[in-house]
Amino acid sequence: MLWHLVKRTAFYLLVVFIVVISVFPFYYAILTSFKSGTALFEINYWPTSFSLQNYTQVLTTGSFPRNLANSLLIATVVVAISLLLAVTASFALSRVRFRGRSTLLLMILAVSMFPQIAVLAGLFELIRFFGIFNTPFALIFAYMIFTLPFTVWILTTFMRDLPIEIEEAAIVDGASPWVIVTKVFMPLMWPALVTTGLLAFIAAWNEFLFALTFTSSNATRTVPVAIALLSGATQYEIPWGNIMAASVIVTVPLVVLVLIFQRKIISGLTAGGVKG
Amino acid sequence: MAGLLLRGVKKSYGTVKVLHGIDLDIKSGEFIVFVGPSGCGKSTLLRLIAGLEDITGGTLQIDGQVVNQLAPSKRGIAMVFQSYALYPHMTVYDNMAFGLKLAKGTPQSDIDRRVREAADILQITPYLDRLPKQLSGGQRQRVAIGRAIVRDPKVFLFDEPLSNLDAALRVATRIEINKLHERMAGVTMIYVTHDQVEAMTLADRIVVLNAGRVEQVGAPMELYNFPANLFVARFLGSPSMNTIPCAIVAGGAEASVQPDGCAKISVSAVIPTTAAGKRGTFGVRPEDLILADGQDAIFTGTIDIVEQLGEVTLIYVDVGTAEPIVAKVDSDVEVAKGQKIALTAEKRHLHVFDENGVAYPRG
Repeated sequence: MLWHLVKRTAFYLLVVFIVVISVFPFYYAILTSFKSGTALFEINYWPTSFSLQNYTQVLTTGSFPRNLANSLLIATVVVAISLLLAVTASFALSRVRFRGRSTLLLMILAVSMFPQIAVLAGLFELIRFFGIFNTPFALIFAYMIFTLPFTVWILTTFMRDLPIEIEEAAIVDGASPWVIVTKVFMPLMWPALVTTGLLAFIAAWNEFLFALTFTSSNATRTVPVAIALLSGATQYEIPWGNIMAASVIVTVPLVVLVLIFQRKIISGLTAGGVKG
Repeated sequence: MAGLLLRGVKKSYGTVKVLHGIDLDIKSGEFIVFVGPSGCGKSTLLRLIAGLEDITGGTLQIDGQVVNQLAPSKRGIAMVFQSYALYPHMTVYDNMAFGLKLAKGTPQSDIDRRVREAADILQITPYLDRLPKQLSGGQRQRVAIGRAIVRDPKVFLFDEPLSNLDAALRVATRIEINKLHERMAGVTMIYVTHDQVEAMTLADRIVVLNAGRVEQVGAPMELYNFPANLFVARFLGSPSMNTIPCAIVAGGAEASVQPDGCAKISVSAVIPTTAAGKRGTFGVRPEDLILADGQDAIFTGTIDIVEQLGEVTLIYVDVGTAEPIVAKVDSDVEVAKGQKIALTAEKRHLHVFDENGVAYPRG
C-alpha cells in the first residue's frame, strides 16, 4: 500500500517536472509580454502587473503585421503545394511498380539530411538565377526542400497501408488514378494529411535561416526574422517586451491550428472498408 | 449474353510462371467455379479475367471480343472481393452508386433506381445511409455484391467472397448467391474458392486447377464420380479418397489390381490388357466403404482412431499400408478403437489410375 502510494507520487512528480520544463519558457514569455517599463527587468514568477502596451506597440509600429501576413501566406502556400505534390508522389511511390523506386525514396530522404547551411550558398545562386530574390516565392521554393521529403515519406508509408483491394474495387468501378487519389484515398488519409500538413506549416512558419538570407527588406520578411531584428529606440536597448509580445502572437496561431485539427487526427478512419 | 473464351492464357511474374496456358470455354449464363489448393493460380486467373493483372500470353475473349488490353471497367465485369473492399468513407448508397457516377452519362434518377433495386434484392435498403463500419460482416459482403449488381455486369466475378464469414453466415450467403444466379439469368458468374462444398453446391461446372494448369472441367457430380486423375480424385470429397499404390494384375474383362500390402481385387475399370504388370494407384472413397463380414473384404485391419461427427462416423483403419484407410460409416455403427474390422466396397465404386495418375474409365 505504502509502496503503491510512493509509486504514484513519484509518477505525478515526474509529470509535473516534465510539464514545468516544457511549459516554463512559454509561460515566462507570456508573463514578460504583459510587463512594461522597468518591470521587465524584475524577476517574477507570477503576474504582478498587466499591460497590453507591448502588443499595441508591436502591432502598430513597424512592419510586424505585414510580416505576419507574409508568414501566413508563405506557410499556407508551402503546405498546399507540398501536400499536392506529396499525395501524387506517394501514390506513385507506394502503388506503381517502377525500376528504382526504393532508390528514389532513399534519395528523397537523403535530400533532407543536408544541413540548411550546406545548401544555403547554392540555393542563393538558384534564387538569384530565377530572379525571385526578396520575394515570397524565394521562401516558398526554399521551404519545399525540407517539407517535401517528410511529407512524401509519411504519406507514402501511410498510403502503402491502405488496402489494395479498395483501389482494385475502384479500378473495376472505372476510376482513373486521379479519381482514386482524390475521391478514394484522400478521404481515408485525412489523419495523415492533417498531421503532415501541420508539421509542414510549423516548419515553414518557424524557419529562420532561409528567411534571413533570401529577403532583404522589412516588407518581405517573415515573422521569425522580424522578431530577431526588432530594435528599440537606441542601438543599446533590446525591446524585450515587444519581442515577447511578438513571440506570443506568433505562437498563438500554431496552438489554435493544432487545437482545431487534433479533432481531425482520429484513427480508425478505414475501419469497415475491408474485413475486420 | 456473354460467354468467355480463354485460349492459352499464360501469366508469369518475371521468371516465375504462375499459369501455363489455360484453355477454357465458358458459356453465357453459366456458373463456373475455379477451385484448387492455395497457390494453384485460381485467384490469378480471376484477376486476369477482371483485368487487374496483365495477361502474359494467349487471348481472352468476352462476348466474342478480345479484351486483353481493355481496362477492367470496359470489360463489362463486376467483382466481389474476399475482403469486401468497400469505400470506408462512403455510405452504403454511395458505395453502390460510385461506379455509375464515375461513368457519367447515367442520369441521376437512373442511378437512384438501380441502387434501390439492388438494395431491395439484397435486403439492405434499411442500411443505405450507414457507413461500412456500422455493418456486420455479412451485411458488408451483401453491400459488396450490391455494388457489383448495380454495375449491371455481363460477367460477375467472385474472389472467395465467403471466406471471411462465419460458418452459419457462409451457408446463408451461399444460398443467396445461388438465388442471385437464378434471378440474373444470362449473367455469367465466375467464382473462386478453395472450399469444395461451395464449389459442389454453386457450380454448373467446376474447373479444378493445380499448379497453374487445369486438371479437369466438368459438372460437380461428374467430377466427383469420374475424376480424370489422382489430383481431382483426392481434391474433391471429404475426407479425401483413400489411394494406395498398386500393381495392375490383369486388364480386359477380368481386370484386377493388387494394392500394396493387400489382397488382389477385381475391378470394373476399363484397363487395357497391355497395362497388366505395370504399376498404378488404387482408390476408393471413404463414403463408399462399408463394413464386411470378412469373406469379400478389400481391407482388414485394426481401428486406429474413431471420429464421431454426429451424422457420420469416421474410422481410421490400419491395414498395413503407409497411410491408414479412412471409412465413413453411419453413426449408429458401433465400433471401438483397437477393434478388428473388415471393409469392402461395391465394384463400381473402385477407382484405378495408371502410373501417371490418369484414371482408367470406370465401367
